[in-house]
Amino acid sequence: MTWTWLIGAVLFLVLAPVVGGLIAGVDRKITARMQGRVGPPLLQPFYDVGKLFEKESVVVTTAQNFYVLAYLIFIALSGALFFAGGDLLLIIFAFTLAHVFLVLGAYAVHSPYSHIGAERELIQLMAYEPMIILAAVGLYMITNSFYVADIAVTTIPAILYLPGVFLGFATILTIKLRKSPFDISTSHHAHQEIVKGITTEFSGSTLAQVEIAHWYENVFLLGFVYLFFAWNPVIGIIAVVVTYLAEIFIDNVTARVRWQAALKSGWFAAVIGIVNLAILAYILGYMMTGGA
Amino acid sequence: MQTLLFLILFPILVACLLLFVKRTTLRYAVVALSALAIGGASIYLLMRYALEGAVYFAAPSETVSLAMVAIEMGLALFIIYMGAKFRNYPAIALAVIQAALVVYLEATFSGSLHAVNNLFIDQFSIIMALIIGIIGSLIAVYAVRYMETYHHHHPEVRNRQKMFFFVIFVFLAAMFGLVFSNNLMWVFFFWEITTITSFLLIGYSETEEATNNAFRALVMNLLGGVAFVVALIILAATEATSGGIDLARVLASSDAAIILLPAALIGFAGITKAALMPFSSWLLGAMVAPTPVSALLHSSTMVKAGVYILVRFSPVFAGTLAGFSIGLVGAVTFVVASAIAISQNNAKLVLAYSTIANLGLIAACAGVGTYMLVWAAILLIIFHAVAKALLFLGTGAIEHRIGSRDIEDMEGLIVRMPRMAVMMFIGIAGMFLAPFGMLISKWAAIEAFVQVQAPFGLIFIALLAYGSAITVFFWAKWMGKLVAVTRNQERVEKGFFEESWGPLYIITGLVIAAVLLFPVISSILIEPYVLAIYGVTALMAQANVAIMLLMMALLLILPVSFLLFRRSAKRLPAYMGGRPATPDLHFAGSLGLTREAQTRNYYLAEYFGEAKLFLPGAVVCTVLILASWVLAGVAL
Repeated sequence: MTWTWLIGAVLFLVLAPVVGGLIAGVDRKITARMQGRVGPPLLQPFYDVGKLFEKESVVVTTAQNFYVLAYLIFIALSGALFFAGGDLLLIIFAFTLAHVFLVLGAYAVHSPYSHIGAERELIQLMAYEPMIILAAVGLYMITNSFYVADIAVTTIPAILYLPGVFLGFATILTIKLRKSPFDISTSHHAHQEIVKGITTEFSGSTLAQVEIAHWYENVFLLGFVYLFFAWNPVIGIIAVVVTYLAEIFIDNVTARVRWQAALKSGWFAAVIGIVNLAILAYILGYMMTGGA
Repeated sequence: MQTLLFLILFPILVACLLLFVKRTTLRYAVVALSALAIGGASIYLLMRYALEGAVYFAAPSETVSLAMVAIEMGLALFIIYMGAKFRNYPAIALAVIQAALVVYLEATFSGSLHAVNNLFIDQFSIIMALIIGIIGSLIAVYAVRYMETYHHHHPEVRNRQKMFFFVIFVFLAAMFGLVFSNNLMWVFFFWEITTITSFLLIGYSETEEATNNAFRALVMNLLGGVAFVVALIILAATEATSGGIDLARVLASSDAAIILLPAALIGFAGITKAALMPFSSWLLGAMVAPTPVSALLHSSTMVKAGVYILVRFSPVFAGTLAGFSIGLVGAVTFVVASAIAISQNNAKLVLAYSTIANLGLIAACAGVGTYMLVWAAILLIIFHAVAKALLFLGTGAIEHRIGSRDIEDMEGLIVRMPRMAVMMFIGIAGMFLAPFGMLISKWAAIEAFVQVQAPFGLIFIALLAYGSAITVFFWAKWMGKLVAVTRNQERVEKGFFEESWGPLYIITGLVIAAVLLFPVISSILIEPYVLAIYGVTALMAQANVAIMLLMMALLLILPVSFLLFRRSAKRLPAYMGGRPATPDLHFAGSLGLTREAQTRNYYLAEYFGEAKLFLPGAVVCTVLILASWVLAGVAL
């Protein structure tokens, strides 16, 4: 193995917050335009996070800082593993670990709003986990490898074989990006019925860390989207942009649903993925037996 | 061979000795010393035989086999007596049928009931012996002080501790015998011993509920026992080609069609013992027993005997439709039991359902039986034994301190019993989080199922994907309860008998050590075993192992960051809708009243309740079990 994997990881760790912040800025701008507002400057997310770091340190319990730091570190780690070309399943598990830390942080503060947010976050986790594993399996069936390094250089147009899987993935992407209609545990928008849900008790630099983790996460997720189109980098990047725009659009035209609907949507998305994979397995049966 | 015999006979000796020990301190000394001897012997076994592959021993046969049959008949009489006493006729009927079948087997096929080698040891047996010898005996040590406190809390229960510890050590002996026997008649003998011992332990408190549940366990396991004898009869009848009752010969038999049916029947026995659906209820009912019993049944004995036999026979199942059916029983059990665990707020029941789920996963791996899956199944057995033992013993200790096993009552345990909470935290992490053991195995299972022939592989992947998502939910919300930093609550950690913490500390260390040492465990024990059977072996990519170790190191270092946060930070009470509030969740309500807010977890019983899910799951699994017999019969 060469050292290129390390370059990917380091580039991600350094650049992802910049790219993620910019995406957030564009997101806010476009969202504002869709709502007939002018919207904040492009760099507003950076100003916000910068300001958060200057705030007084206020906590309910000091333990919360530990959990949020762990959340940030493991999100960054899973993204770095992804851009280093690592094993998708391992990345997904590291990603889950990161979110469990965020949830534990919300439990630790022992606050009613955080608590409900934490429960809902866990429901979201349960909703998207099957689909994200199936997405990895789908990419494996096409490329015969769980390694991002191999999947990213494939010459097979994965999306043509995995339309259902991609659709399912796009559905849970809405959950992951904390977009409406699935922003049930916390929301980018102003107050929701459970205040800021899972992040209610986080403030100052701790909240800034949550925000930066979210930027890391978004870049990682868009990288995942890219894998479906990796056979052609140009189409890949266009697809990523279009997917994200579609998510912004959905965010603006839908209303928040109840957790039942979120769970059912996530699990139904996985069913679509399974059907896709079953058909694929039938067509490409030899790929699974012969390992061709 | 001396070590093998020592491990089987020494616990029996200790058991008999304990029948005469009345004082707790003396009993503690005896149990602790024997635990040391048994644990030491199993580690010696590892060092002596780990690099040698499978080694067979002739061992005395004639008299011992005769004695075993005599004991089996005695046990049958005992069951009939107990059945008559408590008017449980199914138990009597099954015991009679089983005894009649054994007599028939002995009388008709006496010529073909000889194994060249009665005992053997290979890497898989070593792993099982380590689990039984270390975890099992640690639980026994813990049990001494626990039972003292138990009788203190439950004065109404007749004190039969002498019998209790006798049975525990017989149980350990039987488990050792089970994993060392190459003679299937012997395996069956030890199998029946574990059935009886668990019956006695579950019924320990002699309440009506305990007695009923003990009989339920007995009946279900006898059902498996009957299937086991039928399998033995078929094997004996086809001795020439199937290999008879010689385990090594059966597994090496070239006549795959003939051994499949007995394998499916023994697999059924494994399913009953491993409490897969529809037989899960006996393991749930076993919760009435004192906690160390649950720990023993769930981690190192009993249910592990069930999956042990399934994994042993998985080369026979591999690639057959009967094997797929058995695997599916496991996979369906995994999903359904995990889902039901969401709806439970009784800590012991959550643990029980999680055990059933994980045994299902192991059975899924064993039933499909490719080399990678066998590798994953053995890993699962190891990691599950360690983490589950810790969780049960921890729950028992917590219950004695806070007087409840309700997860809701464990809120803020990190404040009330910090050391205990950290140990529970590690135990729960061990069950579902990367980079801990169970997750490594789950991951390996997914990678392995991907390579299984379509469409079967995909069915398993789908079930696994849903199941593992569900697993995250019910464990994480329990973890959340533990770490909630509640205010104005006193520490109640002290006062619990100090000695009992020893085993807890050791097992906590083992949960972490298992992750750090897993590459070594895999390369020394599991890979050679898989290689010996399949000619190929699975192993995890070096890079991934390195990343897992890195994650583990991170997790161990991260708590240091607490020091960073110690200073500065202003503390405020939680946000309560803008009302003046205090840190212990009281807020100023209307009319000048102070009100209290409380937090409760989601149990979603409406969607994941037992009432809703058990029946469908049981029906599907029953159909699949019947299918496995039909498919094995058709292959004949």
